[in-house]
Amino acid sequence: MTTSSPLAVEMRGIVKRFPGVLANDHVDFELRAGEIHALLGENGAGKSTLMSVLAGLYKPEAGTILVRGQPVSFNSPRDATARGLGMIHQHFTLIPSQTVTENILLGLDEPRFFMRLKAYDQRMAEMSQRFGLQITPHVKVWQLSVGEQQRVEILKMLYRGVDVLIMDEPTAVLAPQEIGELFKTLRAMVAQGKSIIFISHKLNEVMAIADRVTVLRLGKVTAAGLKTSETSIPELARLMVGRTVLFDLDKKPQEPGVVVLQLEGVCADNDKGLPALRGVSLTVRAGEIVGVAGVAGNGQTELAEVITGLRRCTAGRILVNGEDVTNRPASVTIHKGVAHVPEDRTHVGSAPTLSITDNVIMKSYRQPPLARGWALDGKAARQKAETLKVEYTIAAPTVDTPARMLSGGNLQRMILARELSSRPQLLIAMQPTRGLDVGAIEGVQRLLLTQREQGAAILLSSEELDEIFTLSDRVIVMYSGEIAGEVHGHDAETVGLMMTGAKRM
Amino acid sequence: MDPLIILQAGVASGTVLLFATLGEIFAERSGVLNLGVEGMMLIGAMSAFSVTVATGNGWLGLLMAMLAAGALSLLHGLVSIHFQADQVVSGLALTFLGTGLSLVFGEGLSKAGTITLLPVYTVPLLSAIPLAGPVLFTNQSVMVYIGYLFLPLVWIYINRTRPGLHLRAVGENPAAADAMGLNVYRLRYAYVFVGGLLAGLAGGTISLAISPGWFSELTTSGQGWIAIGLVIFAQWDPWRAAFGSYAFGALRRLILDIQGPESLLGLRNPFYYNPYWGFFLEMLPYAFTIIVLVIGSREALRKRLGAPAALGVPYIRGERGL
Amino acid sequence: MATQATSPVKSPAFPFRLRFERRVEVPPPWLGPAVSVGAIVIALLLGAVVLRLVGGDPWAAYRHIARAAFGDIGVFSDTLVKATPLILTGLACSVAFRMKLWNIGAEGQFFAGALAASAVVLAPYVPAGAPGWIAIPAAAVAALIPPTAPGWIIIPAMLVAGMLGGALWGFIPGWLKAKLRVNEIITTLMMNYIVIALVNFFVFGVWSEGGFQMSRTFQKAAWLPRLADFATQVKAFRGLTTHLGLVFGVIAAVIVWYILYRSRWGYEIRLIGDNPRAADYAGINITRNTVLVLMTSGALAGLAGMSEIAGVVHRLQTSISPGYGFSGIIIAWLAKLNPLVVVPVSILFGGLILAGREIQPSGVPRLIQGIILFMLIASEVLMHYRVRLVRAGAEE
Repeated sequence: MTTSSPLAVEMRGIVKRFPGVLANDHVDFELRAGEIHALLGENGAGKSTLMSVLAGLYKPEAGTILVRGQPVSFNSPRDATARGLGMIHQHFTLIPSQTVTENILLGLDEPRFFMRLKAYDQRMAEMSQRFGLQITPHVKVWQLSVGEQQRVEILKMLYRGVDVLIMDEPTAVLAPQEIGELFKTLRAMVAQGKSIIFISHKLNEVMAIADRVTVLRLGKVTAAGLKTSETSIPELARLMVGRTVLFDLDKKPQEPGVVVLQLEGVCADNDKGLPALRGVSLTVRAGEIVGVAGVAGNGQTELAEVITGLRRCTAGRILVNGEDVTNRPASVTIHKGVAHVPEDRTHVGSAPTLSITDNVIMKSYRQPPLARGWALDGKAARQKAETLKVEYTIAAPTVDTPARMLSGGNLQRMILARELSSRPQLLIAMQPTRGLDVGAIEGVQRLLLTQREQGAAILLSSEELDEIFTLSDRVIVMYSGEIAGEVHGHDAETVGLMMTGAKRM
Repeated sequence: MDPLIILQAGVASGTVLLFATLGEIFAERSGVLNLGVEGMMLIGAMSAFSVTVATGNGWLGLLMAMLAAGALSLLHGLVSIHFQADQVVSGLALTFLGTGLSLVFGEGLSKAGTITLLPVYTVPLLSAIPLAGPVLFTNQSVMVYIGYLFLPLVWIYINRTRPGLHLRAVGENPAAADAMGLNVYRLRYAYVFVGGLLAGLAGGTISLAISPGWFSELTTSGQGWIAIGLVIFAQWDPWRAAFGSYAFGALRRLILDIQGPESLLGLRNPFYYNPYWGFFLEMLPYAFTIIVLVIGSREALRKRLGAPAALGVPYIRGERGL
Repeated sequence: MATQATSPVKSPAFPFRLRFERRVEVPPPWLGPAVSVGAIVIALLLGAVVLRLVGGDPWAAYRHIARAAFGDIGVFSDTLVKATPLILTGLACSVAFRMKLWNIGAEGQFFAGALAASAVVLAPYVPAGAPGWIAIPAAAVAALIPPTAPGWIIIPAMLVAGMLGGALWGFIPGWLKAKLRVNEIITTLMMNYIVIALVNFFVFGVWSEGGFQMSRTFQKAAWLPRLADFATQVKAFRGLTTHLGLVFGVIAAVIVWYILYRSRWGYEIRLIGDNPRAADYAGINITRNTVLVLMTSGALAGLAGMSEIAGVVHRLQTSISPGYGFSGIIIAWLAKLNPLVVVPVSILFGGLILAGREIQPSGVPRLIQGIILFMLIASEVLMHYRVRLVRAGAEE
């Protein structure tokens, strides 16, 4: 066995099981030195799990890992880092209240006891120059932009001397312009001898940056080490899901009706007290879907919250069906027929230990038939839950099952069942398909279109531009708390430019 | 009603609160809320007194106090960290447990005790400093001086050392700390234990130095809870904790002394002429704790900083978002 | 949600390892009660160990408890008397805990209710030299409810006063939490100490009888009827001290159950307790509910105080409670916050407290209660995780 092999990493026959699911089913994976290798698959395919095994976070039930030809066994991420493997997660592992330098030093054995930060600040600055990653070492992480935080993450790994960098969906939180920057950085690192594994479910990015790609589907490898120059997006899509991804949703063109939602110059602050919405004005009519495109953190969340009464506006007016609901409590907007599918299913949209029944009546318990005076009609509530369970195919043993037992897709179906069953006039849908598998995504999109046909006004926010274009009649782009512009048709380039603030209308 | 005496006594009894508060700061900074401070202090006080009476060695008593309280705190750690039970209820259970154990094992302990069982010192040069000297360095128990030394050491540890960095990380973002190779469970256990040690130390300080003897629950009379309130007031910072602790200590002395003299600032002293009004004075430390809490909460709201982000939230390894 | 990672627990230097696996399905229905009973049993065993350590005889002690609490109708009646305030404080804690409001102040609210209820009866006896802020309201109350007033006026007045006193004592921490986000654990606890000092003031400084730590005994009209009062009609009731307060307790349990499970308000309380952000999202006013729930909790504990004053002690004194308010916390937890289950659990604890008075050392009932609570929480892990013993090195 030669001590140096052109293969930086080899994984053979990896099996990883979790209660109820086989995440990696005898997976083989090879990474050549000096390449950018993409790991492609949809949500739940097992990509993150496989790389977590490689990075030392999980131990596989079976299989071997070789690094530069040597068999290794990792008990912790530190072991992996010692061997030159480092993973940058989708959710950054940074401590917001501490400085860049402190974050880079976190978990290391040096300095021995006392920290002389100034000396280390110096070192970090030098290193960032060397790799072309601009950061200021003494700044606290919460003050940095998302792109800058990602750079800190990369520096963390470089400081630890990793040669193989694993990046988990790194572009999920970046604007198109920042994505370009990231790709430049990755190519620069490869030029300096690093190898990169790039986990993604975005076909166009994979084709743009990767040298080779391995595709996973439901825990198994469907294509190993394909050269991107020798394949195409449709073929990758097929390997990813086993059928053509682009579903035929049959969206009928229709004339929008009366104005249901109107925002006039709405301003609001975010949780940190900084302005999140700066004079947003928009309208949504009955029977139309207005898609809100934009990188996360540009005000979309706050927009949904001011409309639904969960956040104060500091200026401006919000009208639903002509009535002023500005700064009225959430119960008022609910009463006026505004439905809200929140971004955070588990922490906002549902009550984990309460039953499906209790969850499903959250918006309707104040009115008859569920309310009888100050009492709650338990039988009627149960009946409603049973009906909805069938209608929306929520997979669960009974309606008494606690909500936390539901899978992501079923939880979302339950939330949709609750929100849509009231025949809302206005639906605010925030990231409704995030984290769902393809079947669930299609189901949700169909539901939205059905509501549109029935005359609901829908404001849809999503990180997937494809989804926005597929479903929306009009697309508005949010950047930095303002509406950068509006687009009809599938003009991805214009939208992309607006998302980074490069273009305004 | 000598202000210097009040401050001097304040520093002494404030040392008790200081130890307890610092201990809880360690635990909470690592992300674990430990409401059992009162119970741990009682166990500490009882153990210290009984061991000292039995062996004649005050230091041994202190050591046993710390270990006893520390052992109890590990129970809380087990239940909160490993079993991920609700930290509030677990802390309450710990209080009941500590109180019950100390009452049971402390039964029959000689209640009297006017002799201090730990040495008292006056620092030669420093006690001559005007104002500060008589208050801080004259006739103070050795525990008080230990408290003075502790304070800067704790601050330096938390803010300027590598282990301190890890402590803060574990309380702010345990998932990130875990990913960076820190053993979140082990670190949290360690700091909960430290909290227990210090609470035991605080209890021992009461029964051996400040109010020698064992008086069942009256030994602590709620100081453990006041310490928890002080942590919030201190915004998890050791210096503010010290300020709060000593201030409260002074308040307790003030309440006693104010009932003595016939006239107060030239006016009839209402507390002298109506001795029952003393009960209202008794309420003051507790009312002040509430006020101090209000101040602390408002500051936390305003500055949007405050508690360690992961405080009170059990860390579950392997849970992915969404 | 159905897929969770295993988190191998590394126990130091054990030949075996405990493996905790998150439960994927709902635990079987018998697990909850089994866990509760198991906790009590283990607590009793541990308590026995401690008793041994201090030189007592645990089995004699436990036998004594069983006899002294449930042995015959007479002692059972006494047990019920002890259980009465426990039911109410247990309910008080259950209601608050449902909304994750940690009311540790039930003891103080108990005293507040006792004080308020006593004030109704003792108002005419405020001494002459009392300061205005005491004398004037006292005169007003005395005018409305003179010493000669009949029972059917005095008792309801005491009831209302008791509940209002407790509600006020719950309102203050509730408002502070709702408006200023002040931690209610500490505020409710501080209020305990404050009200006890207040009661001391009134007992020693206002209504003391001969300088002792108690007031005069109330007139008969202010006594809650007892079973023994009907001994002439029913011979078997002779000597039974169970009083009307028990009826209050049981009725309160039913009402609280109804509110929690059959009313809109109860639904809101449960939703807030489970996920406050979801409650916000559902349009529920958390601020208002925080205050209301703590007031209700306080009112229940205050009712306990009134019932103890009017049914057992018949005067205001400094020691009315061997920790009823704190036991309420444990009872609530043991009953898994179910109002109806609170009743039998309170009877159990009532027996423990009653008989425990005669056990040396005196801290034993308190210790056992502490161990019970501890075992309860420790065992709750079984509801969320399955535990498997795995040979170290076999897996992972």
